[in-house]
Amino acid sequence: MRRIISILLENEPGALSRVIGLFSQRGYNIETLNVAPTDDPTLSRLTLTTIGDDLRIEQITKQLNKLVDVVKLVDLTEGAHVERDMMLIKVRATGAARDEVKRTTDIFRGQIVDVGPNVYTIQLTGTSDKLDSFVAAMAEADILEVVRSGVAGISRGDKVLSL
Amino acid sequence: MELLSGGEMIARALEDEGVEYIFGYPGGAVLHIYDALFKDCKVPHILVRHEQAATHAADGYARATGKPGVVLVTSGPGATNAVTGIATAYMDSIPMVVISGQVQSHLIGEDAFQETDMVGISRPIVKHSFMVKRTEELPGTLKKAFHIAATGRPGPVVIDIPKDITRPDAKFEYSYPRQVKMRSYSPAQRGHTGQIKKAARLLLSAKRPVIYSGGGVVLGEGSEQLTRLARELNYPVTNTLMGLGGYPGTDRQFLGMLGMHGFYEANMAMHHADCILAIGARFDDRVTNTVEKFCPGAKIIHVDVDPASISKTVMADIPIVGPVDSVLNELLAQIAALREKDAALPDQDALGRWWEQIEQWRAAHGLLTGQRYAQSDLIMPQQVIQSLFRATGGDAYVTSDVGQHQMFAAQYYPFDKPRRWINSGGLGTMGFGLPAAMGVKLAFPDMEVACVTGEGSIQMNIQELSTCTQYNLPVKIINLRNNYLGMVKQWQDMQYEGRYAMSTYEDSLPDFCKLAEAYGHVGIEVHKLEDLDRVMDEVFAMKDKLVFLDVYVDPKEHVYPMHVAPNGAMKDMWLSRNERT
Ligand SMILES: Cc1ncc(C[n+]2csc(CCOP(=O)(O)OP(=O)(O)O)c2C)c(N)n1
Repeated sequence: MRRIISILLENEPGALSRVIGLFSQRGYNIETLNVAPTDDPTLSRLTLTTIGDDLRIEQITKQLNKLVDVVKLVDLTEGAHVERDMMLIKVRATGAARDEVKRTTDIFRGQIVDVGPNVYTIQLTGTSDKLDSFVAAMAEADILEVVRSGVAGISRGDKVLSL
Repeated sequence: MELLSGGEMIARALEDEGVEYIFGYPGGAVLHIYDALFKDCKVPHILVRHEQAATHAADGYARATGKPGVVLVTSGPGATNAVTGIATAYMDSIPMVVISGQVQSHLIGEDAFQETDMVGISRPIVKHSFMVKRTEELPGTLKKAFHIAATGRPGPVVIDIPKDITRPDAKFEYSYPRQVKMRSYSPAQRGHTGQIKKAARLLLSAKRPVIYSGGGVVLGEGSEQLTRLARELNYPVTNTLMGLGGYPGTDRQFLGMLGMHGFYEANMAMHHADCILAIGARFDDRVTNTVEKFCPGAKIIHVDVDPASISKTVMADIPIVGPVDSVLNELLAQIAALREKDAALPDQDALGRWWEQIEQWRAAHGLLTGQRYAQSDLIMPQQVIQSLFRATGGDAYVTSDVGQHQMFAAQYYPFDKPRRWINSGGLGTMGFGLPAAMGVKLAFPDMEVACVTGEGSIQMNIQELSTCTQYNLPVKIINLRNNYLGMVKQWQDMQYEGRYAMSTYEDSLPDFCKLAEAYGHVGIEVHKLEDLDRVMDEVFAMKDKLVFLDVYVDPKEHVYPMHVAPNGAMKDMWLSRNERT
């Protein structure tokens, strides 16, 4: 099963490499990874998605928790949560494709954030599934470049991941 | 407050931490530190002959005393040489603090002379690591390192220190923190009472119980409580290779070691048990054999201070996260309370039948209830260990290397006390034995320290004979000389139709006696069984001498029992060359 694990990490040199290293060292896979500072300069928030059965996920969370730099951790998929992945996608937009790309972008509530004589750059935010569907819908178009942020997530309701 | 340089801070912090020995080797990046140690430091430094030996010596010291071993090495090759010893300590959860020098801060990343990314190289084999960026951080970082190394599930911690951080002309205020608080590190302090209650009930309802205890009981100082628990209930106990001595080895309730080369009665009891109390053990693949076939009828209680050890390979029915000593204390109390209400617990008839069954297994194939190895004209390796046990009254510190000799020692030298059996179980590091023995001897100069080894292993750190001369460390080296990489040969016999690919030295072995003498030690050879006991006594009568005892043993002997692999269960064992269960 796909899981979203979100971590508060000490903002220390080497902390990120310890998290990543753990995954390769123990043969766990990372599907997406998102990491950035938080409002507290001593902490980073790291969100990763991974796939595994319950036993494996239990091991992953336990092993992550063992890392001294991991302050707190939550498996967001255990409860109601909001997840967002952001994509920037550059497609060739000439001739008939120009209108077609625009139409599909509108249907997915994407935004064209840069326009050139031959290309559109589209920004799209949503679940990973939604972004995947958009890429699939663009199959006819000529995709030049895709960049995604990886999933960031947060629990619904009062539940918070903080110190 | 006092002003100290980085180098002086390290020297002082090691004193303030109560460190007894530093094991190390100098080089460019740590010269400021060495100069500070030279000028003013009460902690003696042991100069090894190879950084690997520094880590193993610190490790041996730590295993024998329970206190973190301390290592100091230079950058680059000094650091990489230490890696095997750090990995060895990591796999067996041994507390250790390794200080490695690093090139100057401004050179980092430029492939400077003797630069290596020590934090990166050691990352998968440390409990934690630090790179010191500012001199002022040194006292706090050292305190944290010792704290992390020694608490919870212990392990090695690396502190990488760029040379400029230790320069003598830059002085800062020094005070060594008394306590550490880390928001992201808080090992379990006690087990969950509800879980312990459940465990007590399950244990008392068992009809075929086994207590399976590991290195965690030794490291966590839980032997006394474990022994009380087992005695109170009259339950059988088996120990892992790392757990030997955690329960008295000569006790009737002790079934011997379990696992790949475990005792028949231990492996059989595990396989047929209906309840297993696993404590400070981690269901290692060398214990379980094929996991899917592991102990089919057993409910499992698993106690460990490391939550990640629980349900990693074998699912626990009742997991308990906590330090073994406190969990055992609480378990003892819960059991007493339950038995006060129902004195008939546990079922004595069932337990009686279980012991009857175990005694049958023990009588049939137990290693210590009859002679299980064939005699030949030559000395059998098992006889050497038995002779060592006799000569030392079963009370020596025994370190070992890795191979057949290690398994024979584990089988034939029953340890009655924890911390007496010192071997590399997890990583299986040949070359561990001699430097580890040095660390033990420094910790306990009045105790007998024997290193059981083979010609392959001893040559991996034989240069330490020189360190033993320098610091007068009269350890006893017992070489089971079979002229092969014996354990490799055994596998080649059993799985490769006797094709001995690279497991012989041809005629290249040195005269170990002369070699020992060249370093100023004593070397003795034994060839005949009738001389063995006498010579062994002579060896231990030479209190102030390092003696290298080279015992020529039957090179054909294999270690049995041995788990049948692949696809075997705990109960599937080779008992001799042509007999299996
Ligand atoms: C550093 C290292 N290299 C290789 C091995 C693989 N290995 C395990 S046992 C063994 C043979 C050990 O031979 P020896 O020390 O002579 O002991 P014996 O088995 O003959 O008692 C080898 C090569 C190891 N455990 N450690």
